[in-house]
Amino acid sequence: MAAINMNDDVIESTQYIVVKIDDEQYGIDIQYVDNIVRMQRITRVPKAQSYFEGVINLRGEVIPVMSMRKKFFLDDDVETNKTRIIIVKTEAQAAIGVRVDEVREVVTLFDNEIEKRSYDKNKDEANDYLLGVGKNGEELISLLNINAVIAEDY
Amino acid sequence: MDTSQYLEIFIDETKEHLQSLSDHFMVLEKEPDNADTINEIFRSAHTLKGMAGTMGFVNMQNLTHKMEDVFSVIRDGNMKVTPDLVDLLFRGLDALEAYQDNIINTSAEGDETNKDIVDALIAMKEGKAAPAKQDAPAEKPKEEEAPKATTSVAAGSGDDSLRKYRDISFADFEKNAIKEADDQKKNVYGITVYIQENCLLKAARAFLVFKELEVLGEVVKSVPTVQDIEDEKFELDFSVVLITDAAEKAVVDAIMTVSEIDKVSIEKLDVNAVVNGGAEVRTEESSKGADSDSSDVQQAKPQAAAAAKQAKDDKKAQPKSSGKAVVNRSVRVDIEKLDDLMNQVSELIIAKNGLVSVSESDAAATDSQSFTEQIEYLERITTTLHESIMKVRMVPIESVVNRFPRMIRDLSKKLNKPMELYMSGEDTELDRTVIDEIGDPLMHLLRNSADHGIEDVARRKELGKPEQGSIYLNASQVGNNVVIEVKDDGGGIDVERVREKAIERGTITEEQAEVMEDKDIIDLLFLPSFSTAKEITDVSGRGVGLDVVRSKIEGLGGDIEVRTKKDEGSVFTIRLPLTLAIIQALMIELGDEKYAIPLNSIETIEDVAVSDIKYVKSKEVIHLRGTVIPLVRLYDLLDFPPREETDDNITVVIVSKGDKQAGLIVDNLIGQQEIVIKPLGKYINIEKIISGATILGDGEVALILDANALV
Repeated sequence: MAAINMNDDVIESTQYIVVKIDDEQYGIDIQYVDNIVRMQRITRVPKAQSYFEGVINLRGEVIPVMSMRKKFFLDDDVETNKTRIIIVKTEAQAAIGVRVDEVREVVTLFDNEIEKRSYDKNKDEANDYLLGVGKNGEELISLLNINAVIAEDY
Repeated sequence: MDTSQYLEIFIDETKEHLQSLSDHFMVLEKEPDNADTINEIFRSAHTLKGMAGTMGFVNMQNLTHKMEDVFSVIRDGNMKVTPDLVDLLFRGLDALEAYQDNIINTSAEGDETNKDIVDALIAMKEGKAAPAKQDAPAEKPKEEEAPKATTSVAAGSGDDSLRKYRDISFADFEKNAIKEADDQKKNVYGITVYIQENCLLKAARAFLVFKELEVLGEVVKSVPTVQDIEDEKFELDFSVVLITDAAEKAVVDAIMTVSEIDKVSIEKLDVNAVVNGGAEVRTEESSKGADSDSSDVQQAKPQAAAAAKQAKDDKKAQPKSSGKAVVNRSVRVDIEKLDDLMNQVSELIIAKNGLVSVSESDAAATDSQSFTEQIEYLERITTTLHESIMKVRMVPIESVVNRFPRMIRDLSKKLNKPMELYMSGEDTELDRTVIDEIGDPLMHLLRNSADHGIEDVARRKELGKPEQGSIYLNASQVGNNVVIEVKDDGGGIDVERVREKAIERGTITEEQAEVMEDKDIIDLLFLPSFSTAKEITDVSGRGVGLDVVRSKIEGLGGDIEVRTKKDEGSVFTIRLPLTLAIIQALMIELGDEKYAIPLNSIETIEDVAVSDIKYVKSKEVIHLRGTVIPLVRLYDLLDFPPREETDDNITVVIVSKGDKQAGLIVDNLIGQQEIVIKPLGKYINIEKIISGATILGDGEVALILDANALV
């Protein structure tokens, strides 16, 4: 978090890691990101939720990896040399890997550059995964509510 | 001082009090007029309230306060216990347990105020108390008054031996501080606080007293020193000199809000004597006891209230600042074990250097022999290191079982059956994680023995047994397992009655019952909701006993079996693995994936011709040395893509759980290996058949199959 002074109003800012999934850009709040690792061998876990790819060995810890594509019901993952696993840690002792197509950059967005999503119960469930939409120059970035994304489906 | 260091103590005590409340509520349900129980509940609620308040858990404090209020009305005989009330109390208890869980997990109580329960309690109290007596408000004892009922305040009467503060000698700077305070017209009190003899956490109580005093003023001197008090290096009393604006009564009241304080003796110190005199301090007597209602006290009240309010505000701020300081689970380690560890780590470094030097030396000299030697050396060190670390994690079982003798004594009184608990092997060590879990199952079994096992005196005389029943708790280490036996010389399990009951409940049919062996009948006891006690007692027989015991023990990777003989007694034998973290496993291959099967559940490995597979009720089985064993096709079970079976022979790993067996069909055997069990993480939902994962030598992750779930 950082803040700048603009007309005496302090505007909060947040840093996001911009990732690409399918054709869209998503932002993940950097405070939850522990690590970004290259694609590696994933051990399948039978009977797990369908969006889980399996588990990986990250420096001696076994960490589950989920696929954003599968979670968002997109086409199957295709592994390229840009594929990355983002290790997200929202609380101590509970890390989870999120597989994305590509990691682009880190951007700093001020609160006035973010369009908060309006709460509408009638909207589809995928919307719960979004905190809002950020404007980075000409580009739009969907800001992920990472806690909701990794939380279990009921 | 910061309260976070007392969080663990708080949690332990809270657990105890909640347990006691729950026990007593159950008693109350059956004996609504039991005065002892009501008093006990009142006391527990009161202590809980005090502790929660001190730790800054406001919601918890409020809820217990309301419970306490209701019980104070009941205790005074102005209200009867109704089933509605008991229900409400149980709801309150659940809410308190929820707070406790929150505190354990996050060290904050959470925002839930449980307003509905609080309101219902208030309504209960107002509704029932008001008509009983017109001056109902007077019935509500003030918070500060409650402890007085059970404790006494040593007023300024003659007993000099209680006034240890008189013996305090002061250093110059302390004298100056006191003189200065006197010049500012502040009160200087000498106080000696006596803690109840049976208090377990003297240091914590003393700390709470200090906390109260620091709210009121400044503690200039303490005997013994604060450090010594914190380290519990004192007997039952300690003395302090307090500089404060508050009056004596306010100070005494503040100290008395801390529970388990026996008495307080206090008086104003003669400042001149302190400043001028030597060790002998003359004091100016003030004979205001706790009940004094002098103007002095009246005047002090607003101040005390203000101070209390400020303290409350402070407390509110505290949990937030401490953030997520979750209670850490610690193990006390013998220093010798640590020394061993240190030595081995040193050796490890030497071994590493050895390897480095081998790899750095000339290519010609880097023969594989010296390399192999170094690897062997390394292997030896890692093995001993593993053993040492395991030893560090080991805790003697004593810490769990030492509360049992008391429990049996209480049960003996309650059930009116003389009995004695004999324990052996308390020094047997188990992994800390196992120790944490084993207490409840053992307690269940002991209660079971006391309640169902031991007969009443008349029956024992009839059978020519000694009047006093004996229960044995024996622990010992056998190979890689720890065996714990709970044995009694009581009536044993009445197999016929279990049989009848099982038929009555429809667990088995009469035809089944006839062919079932006694052993299988006894196994029925481990099914959920199966209790043979004719009447439910509060000791056991609620039908949540043995099945819970078994599932808990199996969850720890152990097993339980029972042997019994009519009129001679029964023996429950629990077998537990020494440690949970590292196990021996058989590595197998399925398709292109590797899995581990814990070795302790494997019986044999068989090569079976496909033509030998038989079908029973369209399920695949094999005949093996006279037993029929069902087959499990792991390949299909674990959701592999379908494939054609082409081999004439299959490899079957026979696993067992108790008497039951199953044959797991695998593709290939890799070999035996020591594996480190790792959890799969919080987010992934795994079926019971996978108990965890492990990391193989090449860094790959392999899943561990739980054979118990497959049988």
